[in-house]
Amino acid sequence: MSKLNLTRRGVLQTGVVAGAGLTLPTYLRAESHAGFTNAPTGDTVTLGFNVPQSGPYADEGADELRAYELAVEHLNGGGDGGLLNTFSSKALQGNGILGKKVEYVTGDTQTKSDAARASARSMIEKDGAVMITGGSSSGVAVAVQALCQEAGVIFMAGLTHSNDTTGKDKKANGFRHFFNSYMSGAALAPILAANYGNDRKAYHLTADYNWGYTTEEAVRTSTEALGWETVATVLTPLTQTDFSSYITPILQSDADVLVLNHYGGNMVNSLTNAVQFGLRDRMVNGKQFEIVVPLYSRLMAKGAGANVKGIFGSTNWHWSLQDEGSKAFVKSFGTKYGFPPSQAAHTCYVQALLYADAVERGGSFNPCAVGEALKDFEFDGMGNGPTLYRGEDHQCFKDVLVVKGKENPTSEFDLLEIVEITPVSQVTYDASIFGGELGACNPGA
Amino acid sequence: MEAIILQVLNGLDKGSAYALIALGLTLIFGTLGVVNFAHGALFMIGAFCAVTLSRIISISHEVVDNTQTDFLGNPLKVDVPYVYDWFGQATGDALIDWAVPLSILFAIPVMVGIGVAMERGLIKHFYKRPHADQILVTFGLAIVLQEIIKYFYGANPIPTPAPDAFRGSFDFGAAFGFDPNVIIYPYWRLVYFGFAAIIIGAVFAFLQFTTFGMVVRAGMADRETVQLLGINIDRRFTLMFGIAAAVAGLAGVMYTPINSPNYHMGMDFLVLSFVVVVVGGMGSLPGAVLAGFLLGILESFASMREVLNILPGLNQIIIYLVAIIILLTRPRGLMGRKGVMED
Repeated sequence: MSKLNLTRRGVLQTGVVAGAGLTLPTYLRAESHAGFTNAPTGDTVTLGFNVPQSGPYADEGADELRAYELAVEHLNGGGDGGLLNTFSSKALQGNGILGKKVEYVTGDTQTKSDAARASARSMIEKDGAVMITGGSSSGVAVAVQALCQEAGVIFMAGLTHSNDTTGKDKKANGFRHFFNSYMSGAALAPILAANYGNDRKAYHLTADYNWGYTTEEAVRTSTEALGWETVATVLTPLTQTDFSSYITPILQSDADVLVLNHYGGNMVNSLTNAVQFGLRDRMVNGKQFEIVVPLYSRLMAKGAGANVKGIFGSTNWHWSLQDEGSKAFVKSFGTKYGFPPSQAAHTCYVQALLYADAVERGGSFNPCAVGEALKDFEFDGMGNGPTLYRGEDHQCFKDVLVVKGKENPTSEFDLLEIVEITPVSQVTYDASIFGGELGACNPGA
Repeated sequence: MEAIILQVLNGLDKGSAYALIALGLTLIFGTLGVVNFAHGALFMIGAFCAVTLSRIISISHEVVDNTQTDFLGNPLKVDVPYVYDWFGQATGDALIDWAVPLSILFAIPVMVGIGVAMERGLIKHFYKRPHADQILVTFGLAIVLQEIIKYFYGANPIPTPAPDAFRGSFDFGAAFGFDPNVIIYPYWRLVYFGFAAIIIGAVFAFLQFTTFGMVVRAGMADRETVQLLGINIDRRFTLMFGIAAAVAGLAGVMYTPINSPNYHMGMDFLVLSFVVVVVGGMGSLPGAVLAGFLLGILESFASMREVLNILPGLNQIIIYLVAIIILLTRPRGLMGRKGVMED
């Protein structure tokens, strides 16, 4: 027979927790608030930067945070103004947003969906953040985007490359500047065919999660359309560190191209292992064996060292671009931090400015007004050429860079060279192909 | 046939890492009775000894090259390692190239020192505590150590290549009468297997053929009696902790060219190594080595495409499946001793 022990402290603790739990949905709907969630009332406005500060993508997160700090500095009129000088919209004057000084809080996503949601929730509820931005993973982006939709704040995605973010999981309150798997496939395939021929047999190693699936599908579909045959597609666990047992079966296959649908540490290790096993020195079917990495990141390429030399991939932006926007951003970032920005830093900086600009043009921090201002917004001068924020799925459409590991780098940053700037027309697709519904914007209150 | 040979080779190098870590774990458990969840972190610190020495050898001064520009358009500052100035470029390049093997000499004293400090500073206070307490404190220590490494070295993997002489692959097919270009195996992985065999042999020889080792083995069998004979067994066990740390560290040093080290690499090996210890038999050194290689080879076979087509995901669970089967049929593991962890 059990005995029920009731204590005053226990009852109080249970009551507080239960009360908070019951109140939360109401708070998130924010019916008790006037206007919209976290409407700024003083002379400041708070933005929430949710980036990986620990975990495997912490270095990428640190670069994102540097970019956000630079963006805040420029928005408040500090520094050299950065991309405010080259941005085609002139709504931002360097006096904050709608005259309110920009302040920020940060959260640590840990590259875990639950931790990322918790930190975003904390910034919205405790710190009064009116917008959440950042992240280095599609799983995190989809999870935080759903939370922001529910809470009635805008989510400006950081580095997320899965089709799903603005495909089947798109939300009215979520916006992505970064490119996606489909665009990588569409940009890469013609370059691969031009360099390696149309008669190729590809073997895919794919990270066993959402981003891996969409990237494999995009590259497979695009290359098969140009005549390539897919010999095998093998899923590899996200936690895998030694890929030797996945590499050796390739030696027995008649594949002459290996596509590594891996990112981060997975990419560093699988590429290193593939090179160790002599795949790049191999001749198959009378052709030189080749390796392809669909999504490149300079920070990750650094981890793979000399193994990236000559390997094709795609990227959202690269510091060596010579347009006025890119040069301005590299100058601002490089002068402040002493090294060039990564693509993660670039997309985060641009997202912060795009949000601020949309608020200025919409005349309100209300998420629905911001969403309207961003929908079908065409802009230039941000480093990617003319860009469209498509209203149907809140995905940015712009040129895509096909890059190659540089044969003779001159510095630790000079790892990739731009092979082609694929025009936006070649990577544009019908918004309906990935399904999903934007739904209605949620202002909170 | 070629596929089987390749998977056996794969299993041997993976098994080498498991065996080396499990050997150290077993040494610590057998001598001190401590379940050390920080052992994976020692493997990781060993790997970062290689990174550190590599960086020390490459310490440079800047020379401005006016013929090139940096990313901001300023004259390019080129790093020139001091070893070029001191020994000439050829010798300097050779030193940088051989940084990983040279790190063995650097890692041994560092790892023994860390091991002894860890045992004297923290773990000795938990000898009389339950195994659950030991696991919690050592696991916490592992997290602290990996966060320290992340603070100083960042979260991204750091490429630490093998010397040029060991890059590339050996064509077993061409050498042994099979089709060429099919049974290819990287030289460095063969070096790793050979190195693991030497270390394992050295540890066994040390315990078997030296007076120190004899006393340690006696202490492992009956600590109280050895102490009654007037021998300070605690001091010897502390040193064994240092030696076990060095074994894990050396395993980490030599692993760096296989996978670029990052702060989390110890955790990736830790759980599997504990399974290896349990399967081999708690406290059994030969059992740890045998189970390390056995499970490494089994995991490798389970990763074959033909196997995965029939049983997807088998490679992720094979080690645990085998552990369950062995523990059901041989509760003390393959070579476990009676009375260990049975009180």
